[in-house]
Amino acid sequence: MSKIIDKNVKNGVVVVSTEGYFNKDLGEALKEITDQEIKEGHKNFLINLDQSKIVNSIGASILIEIIEELQVVDGSLNFCNLAPIIAKTFKIMGLTKYCETFDNEEAALQKLA
Amino acid sequence: MKKNPTVELKLPILKNMELVATHTSDVVAKHMNLSEEKSAEISMALIEACINAFEHSETKEDIYIHFIISDENLTIKVIDKGVGFDSSSIKLPNIDDKLGTTERKRGWGLMLIQELMDKVDYESDNSGTTLTMTKNKKSDE
Repeated sequence: MSKIIDKNVKNGVVVVSTEGYFNKDLGEALKEITDQEIKEGHKNFLINLDQSKIVNSIGASILIEIIEELQVVDGSLNFCNLAPIIAKTFKIMGLTKYCETFDNEEAALQKLA
Repeated sequence: MKKNPTVELKLPILKNMELVATHTSDVVAKHMNLSEEKSAEISMALIEACINAFEHSETKEDIYIHFIISDENLTIKVIDKGVGFDSSSIKLPNIDDKLGTTERKRGWGLMLIQELMDKVDYESDNSGTTLTMTKNKKSDE
């Protein structure tokens, strides 16, 4: 139902794609990846939410933990392909003050890579 | 007086069961010709209302959801038989306070519900909580 479907490093940016309901399980799965990649020296992350059309606040709260960890290493958390309701949810929570959002992966990598 | 049509749902406290409620709200929203934007906002608010009922009410009993359809709006009642809460004692979260501090990162549900719906009301005591939230059909209502 909720899973990570892809992880790649593209020009130094770790691109992670998710599928399904972005809930606690998916948030924790994503955090496991970011924790590991930060240990390996990566700082910039792009989360492609094209296949995740719905989120809950518990999953989104885990993103705050990831932002916190990336602030320590002067890294960044970015998103692309957000469904309008996810973009709105992130805005209400203030996540967009700390993360950049992009229309698609290409536009994001052009800026981040 | 004509009674408004009502869809009633009973949810057991099982993982991800809030998505069942969103499937129902999607169907009701389509029936009412609500926009996709409004339908998505209702789903998101409903997810948060269900999670609050599942997690914070400390109840082991089923949650009841009523979708009350009228010409002007959709009213949703989420009813639990839990311990209740005082909404006035809850501080609205701010991400600036949560980053780099020990403050817990969660606690966004009520704020999201208030931002996404047109009207929100709570009745709560130690025998349970009824959250009533309304989405108007017209944006300016």
